[in-house]
Amino acid sequence: MERIYLDHAAAMPVDPRVIDAALPYLAGKVGNPSGLYEEGLMAKSAIEEARGRVADLINAEDTQSIVFTGGATESNNIAVRGTALRNARTGKKVVTSAIEHISVLNPAKDLQKSGFTYATVPVDPWGVVDCEALREAVTPDTTVTSVMYANNEIGTVEPIREIGEIVHERGKYLHVDATDAGGRIPIDVQRDGIDLLTLSGNQLGGPEGTGALYIRPGVRSQPVVLGGGQERGLRSGTEDLFGIVGMGEAARIAAADMPGERRRLAAIRDRLIEGILTLEEAALTGHPTDRLPHHASFRFSRIEGESIQLGMDFFGVAVATGSACTSRTLEASHVLLAIGLAHAEAHGSMIATLGRSNTTEQVPAVLHAARETVKRLRAITPL
Amino acid sequence: MAEQQIGYSKKVMEHFMNPHNVGVIENADGYGKVGNPVCGDIMEIFITVKDDRIEDIRFRTFGCGSAIATSSMVTDMAKGKTLDEAMAITRDDVATELEGLPPRKMHCSNLAADALHEAIRDYRSRQGE
Ligand code: FES
Repeated sequence: MERIYLDHAAAMPVDPRVIDAALPYLAGKVGNPSGLYEEGLMAKSAIEEARGRVADLINAEDTQSIVFTGGATESNNIAVRGTALRNARTGKKVVTSAIEHISVLNPAKDLQKSGFTYATVPVDPWGVVDCEALREAVTPDTTVTSVMYANNEIGTVEPIREIGEIVHERGKYLHVDATDAGGRIPIDVQRDGIDLLTLSGNQLGGPEGTGALYIRPGVRSQPVVLGGGQERGLRSGTEDLFGIVGMGEAARIAAADMPGERRRLAAIRDRLIEGILTLEEAALTGHPTDRLPHHASFRFSRIEGESIQLGMDFFGVAVATGSACTSRTLEASHVLLAIGLAHAEAHGSMIATLGRSNTTEQVPAVLHAARETVKRLRAITPL
Repeated sequence: MAEQQIGYSKKVMEHFMNPHNVGVIENADGYGKVGNPVCGDIMEIFITVKDDRIEDIRFRTFGCGSAIATSSMVTDMAKGKTLDEAMAITRDDVATELEGLPPRKMHCSNLAADALHEAIRDYRSRQGE
């Protein structure tokens, strides 16, 4: 049976072109980028080239504003925790939206132990940040405000430029987690007034365990991991040459392919949405139009998401869910609760995220799988 | 140390894909309904009793794969048993019959055993009246 993989937001297959570019650095090319011998200089220049490509993807004003990290989680930790601690003298408040990734929420919560206050800003039923509430939450002592570019569970794209303006009226820095938006839609840190921006290497099509943090020149932050002071002191540890070169190549490819790939995936997405919404008691989650081109998310009433995932898998289709039954804590997704769903409604979540391997021709098979799965589970439900 | 089980056993998947004894019994002799306080799922079991034995049993479940498989399994296990025997079925028995459950999913098998016991208690209290 042909497998149809629709969980790209969780893990992306590495682009073969990325492997071609990066493999020599895993299989032979060595050199500590701090060394002044030939191998070291070669490594250093490979890293700087990768840095330039990541900078270009988000229109950063200076290549040196890109710091390579071990993934989006680490970037988010430096951005929230590192920046808040570094600027504690000017204020001890952080603000995030209610639908941020856990790697933003947890460092923000944890800062409370160090005497910070932390406020969350609600979203509307489509997952769009409430800008009035944001305006109230951001006070002159707010050093870090963190709002994601687009949400991983519901696909909604936030009005980042407007959010940037609001944050800068009284607050200090805007951090944007662009893990899911990076490489999918055009991002321009200068246009959008972004001070710090998180990118995931894997979500661009690069190796797992790679990431970057953009830090606007002049913004001060501090590391969360201490050591030899690599990456401008913000991310110690000998550079992962293979990973960095891979992420750089992935950024280059993402930028080059974005216009075509964006349109292609959005067309598949729209067919998927149209088809799923013909099923009984199915609803779209997230914004109907302001959403990521590769993202389709739904909820089905009276059935549960892990069962949906298992049922779809039987038909060869891999999807994600935000159901409590699949979460480590057995709690309902904070994102689905934040858009106003009741616990039982959040249960029936199904998330499909597209990638390069997906085609329009696969849509009928996915719809068939969904129709059968939903029908079967509805026959068992007591609700 | 025992190897950490990855995913569900084949048995669980069999019962999940083709659950046994699904449905409702009109005019059941006993009915049990329990909610899962951990993640919010719901399970109900209907029984008919003849000569102190469970003659027929049906279930309906709103929950994860493990919840569906354990309810299917518990109905299989209880069918034909005396009420006392059925009352003695524990969540561990259900999990064992299913060739194990991931640790995080043990609480779902609670639900199945609880719903069964609830249905038997309901039957007994109706008899007592
Ligand atoms: S019923 Fe929710 S985890 Fe099993």
